[in-house]
Amino acid sequence: MRRNVMLIEDEPNITEAIRFLLTRDGWDVQTHADGNSAVDAVTRVLPDLLILDVMLPGKSGMDILRDLRGRPETESLPVLMLTARGQSRDRDMAEKAGVNRFMTKPFSNAEVLDAVRDLVPSPT
Amino acid sequence: MTSLNSLILVCLAYVALLFLVAFVAERLAARGYGGWLRSPLVYTLSLSIYCTAWTFYGAVGSAARNGLEFVTIYLGPTLVMLGWWMGLRKLVRVGRSQRVSSIADLISARYGKSNLLASCVTVLAVIGVTPYIALQLQSITLSFQAFVDASDDPMGYAETGSALWVAVGLAVFAILFGTRNLDANERHHGVVTAIALEAVVKLVALLAVGIFVVWGLAGGIGPAMAQIDASAIGAWQTEGSRWAAITFLSAAAFVCLPRMFQVMVVEADDERHLRTAAWAFPAYLMLISLFVLPIAAVGLTLMPAGSNPDLFVLTLPLSNDREGLAMLSFIGGFSSATSMVIVAAMALSTMVSNHIVMPLWLALQGDGASVSGDVRHVVLLSRRISIAAIMGLGYLYHAAAGEGVALASIGLVAFAGIAQILPSLVGGLYWRGATRAGALAGLTVGFVVWIYTLLLPEIGGAILPAGLSEAGLFGLSWLSPGGLFGGTGVDPLVSSVVWSLGFNTVAFIAMSLLTFPSPLERLQGAQFVNVFEHSTGPRGWTGSIAQTEDLMIMSQRILGPDQAHALFAREAMRQGVRGSLPEPSPAFLQALERELGGSVGAATAHAMVGQIVGGASVSVQDLMAVADESAQLLEYSSQLEAKSAELSRTARQLREANDKLTQVSLQKDAFLGQVSHELRTPMTSIRAFSEILRDTTGLNDAEKSRYGAIIHGEALRLTRLLDDLLDLSVLESGQVSLNLGHGQLSDVLDQAASTALTGSDGNLRLRRSAEAEAIALHTDLDRLTQVFINLISNAQKYCEVDRPTLTISAREFGSMVTIDFVDNGAGIPEEAQAMVFEKFARVGGEKAGGAGLGLAICREIMQRLGGDIQYLRGQGGAAFRVSLPSRDAKGARRT
Repeated sequence: MRRNVMLIEDEPNITEAIRFLLTRDGWDVQTHADGNSAVDAVTRVLPDLLILDVMLPGKSGMDILRDLRGRPETESLPVLMLTARGQSRDRDMAEKAGVNRFMTKPFSNAEVLDAVRDLVPSPT
Repeated sequence: MTSLNSLILVCLAYVALLFLVAFVAERLAARGYGGWLRSPLVYTLSLSIYCTAWTFYGAVGSAARNGLEFVTIYLGPTLVMLGWWMGLRKLVRVGRSQRVSSIADLISARYGKSNLLASCVTVLAVIGVTPYIALQLQSITLSFQAFVDASDDPMGYAETGSALWVAVGLAVFAILFGTRNLDANERHHGVVTAIALEAVVKLVALLAVGIFVVWGLAGGIGPAMAQIDASAIGAWQTEGSRWAAITFLSAAAFVCLPRMFQVMVVEADDERHLRTAAWAFPAYLMLISLFVLPIAAVGLTLMPAGSNPDLFVLTLPLSNDREGLAMLSFIGGFSSATSMVIVAAMALSTMVSNHIVMPLWLALQGDGASVSGDVRHVVLLSRRISIAAIMGLGYLYHAAAGEGVALASIGLVAFAGIAQILPSLVGGLYWRGATRAGALAGLTVGFVVWIYTLLLPEIGGAILPAGLSEAGLFGLSWLSPGGLFGGTGVDPLVSSVVWSLGFNTVAFIAMSLLTFPSPLERLQGAQFVNVFEHSTGPRGWTGSIAQTEDLMIMSQRILGPDQAHALFAREAMRQGVRGSLPEPSPAFLQALERELGGSVGAATAHAMVGQIVGGASVSVQDLMAVADESAQLLEYSSQLEAKSAELSRTARQLREANDKLTQVSLQKDAFLGQVSHELRTPMTSIRAFSEILRDTTGLNDAEKSRYGAIIHGEALRLTRLLDDLLDLSVLESGQVSLNLGHGQLSDVLDQAASTALTGSDGNLRLRRSAEAEAIALHTDLDRLTQVFINLISNAQKYCEVDRPTLTISAREFGSMVTIDFVDNGAGIPEEAQAMVFEKFARVGGEKAGGAGLGLAICREIMQRLGGDIQYLRGQGGAAFRVSLPSRDAKGARRT
């Protein structure tokens, strides 16, 4: 059974790059670009992994994460957070909110793939 | 005829009697006997020093010259006693509770214990009273002469010597009985008793002469009345204004004369005595004036023309060979003169010593004198010397002035001078707003006017330049002493009284209103004005040693630790107690209270000490007094509040500035975060796709080409962003240099439109009017083009309708050119309108591909060009108005 990842990212080019990488790595990739409806999308799909951008139109990645951690069905969902702001305060906030992995843009593709595999180990 | 020697013998015997009476009274009082010494009767009789030789001899003289005018001299005090009884009681209460020693002390105490004021009053009193003392000496000389034949006195002894010896004798008496005690506030029982005796003697003498004249000479009441009617006296008419002025003067003098203040206030044992004096003293005055008219009328009839009517009291019995009666009359006159001189000398010496000599002495001694050294000895010595000096002055004046001046006129001049104290005194008792400066101004002005209009013309004719009294000062007739302000024809006395007291009162009130009293003045003002609500004089406390510690703690709080420790240690040493805590003796408690009073006000200090020592029994009066002081403190605190409001205003401004800085700092953080985000986002795409291209095998050509295009596009976006950031930072830092040039608005718009629209896939249509755009500009044309490009590009990106149209309309009015850019799109949501010019505002989301710096740059540019850019509301679509100065860009900032 293919593992299911959801990517919430508003920058189309970055979305395309990550989709390309993870699809080739054997993931089913679903994407979502809007902050406001992101929590609904995640709880509906309930992916194996969530990749979350911080600066989103509407609701920020931090708020989405807090929201998800407050729900029983998503409280232990593995979350990889990507941010372009690169301020240490953001990392602290994310960790407090319950992030599993926090990475700063621009990232190396290998790093992302390692992190993803690490967070959701292959069933084989 | 009585021989000179027997006359002198009688005088000496009489004085010896006075000495004896004073001595016995003093001894009785010291032993605690003699309650009668403190009776209301003695108090009332002592008030009779108001009736001097001027009254004894002069009243008859005055009646003979001016008819009923002499009554005014008695009318004034009578009115005061009957009508202002409560005022006198207040005066006595204040005098006792403040422990004042003289009228100068009282005025000084009221106005913040000012010694300047006290010495002013003292000088005024000395100048006013010295002629008056001279008058008494003169009356004694005249009475000697009336008795003694020139043949019996070949050396002219009566004329030259008597006054001198009388002066010396009175000085000795005053020194012996008037300066026994250091505390001038203590009662001089000996003196007061002697004066009471003299009061009886002069009354009996005058009544005896009167009875003799009416029944012995005139032949009964009826004939006497007929004689009065027949004489000129009955027809005498006194002018109303003069009548009123003299009545007022005598009333004022009754209260303000130093000697009257001495017996009425300083020597008062009990203010309840005033209740008796209020009717008894007017009765005394009535009795003593009873026979004045008959004596004057009969004297005018019987005595040869040209005889001095001032001496009728003596000469009538003498000419009728009633030597005994004449002797009694002589003793009566002598009594009147001596009692006045003794008390006046005592009162004046206290003032001179306390307010002139002692301050000078202390100043000469330096700082140490007030705490150590034998001050007591110095005070007594200075008071004795002062008495001698005042008597000497009186004698000198008498010797210099001679007999040229009528008794009554000297008396009235003195009265008018002394009356200058009245406004400050009454104002001080009833008006809390009265200030030291006011009192000083009033006294000075009144005093100067009095000297100029009355004292100099009346008694110093030789001193004034010839012609001054007619021509006036500086040759201005309205400034002449007798007719100040065109008062010529008015009685000089009336004119002087009106002007001196008028100016005095006006200056007093005006200066009081203009100046702000010191804290001590305010406190004393309250103590004076509300004396009946305050404590009933100094009260003693007794306490136990356990309370000393509490007192110490309290004193530390008020005085500070150092001063409090020093105070207590000093007292402990004085008491001979080991350690630093003294016994709380009544004396120490009072001293402590005074010390504390200097800091917190007398009433508060009293209440505080009372709370500790008096078993916390603070009376309602104490609390009211405290409340009264608190009310004054409130006035001060309102001033402090004003200052504190100013401080908090400054603090608020600082806080606001700080908030602003914090805000700026937060904005800077947010800006850096934004910049980081805007730079990293395209770099993320570039890195990700370049790694894909590098690491992925088997990509087809289409994929390779697509990813290459993305990398290229993102690289361009990054470059644009960097350009914008640099542009903005240069504009914001103000380091941009403007490249001014001449051009047509239409050309600038053409250029902007072609740049913005070329190569774009949009279908934006521009609506322009060549006519309206024919406006000459003088500005940085490239920068303006940049703004226009931005606006046209924005319309192209954000105007999402089928047929997007941007209407550009230019207008020139006044010195401004405005160019509106209005599209037919959805416009900018209202909540975002305020934000559009902020950096990274990016209202339109990500689709435009910009970083949201465009409009921020436009705003910076327009401000550099001396114009502005605004969002226009309610235009349908998005609407911007660019405005800039027309033609010459004088408004442009060349930075």
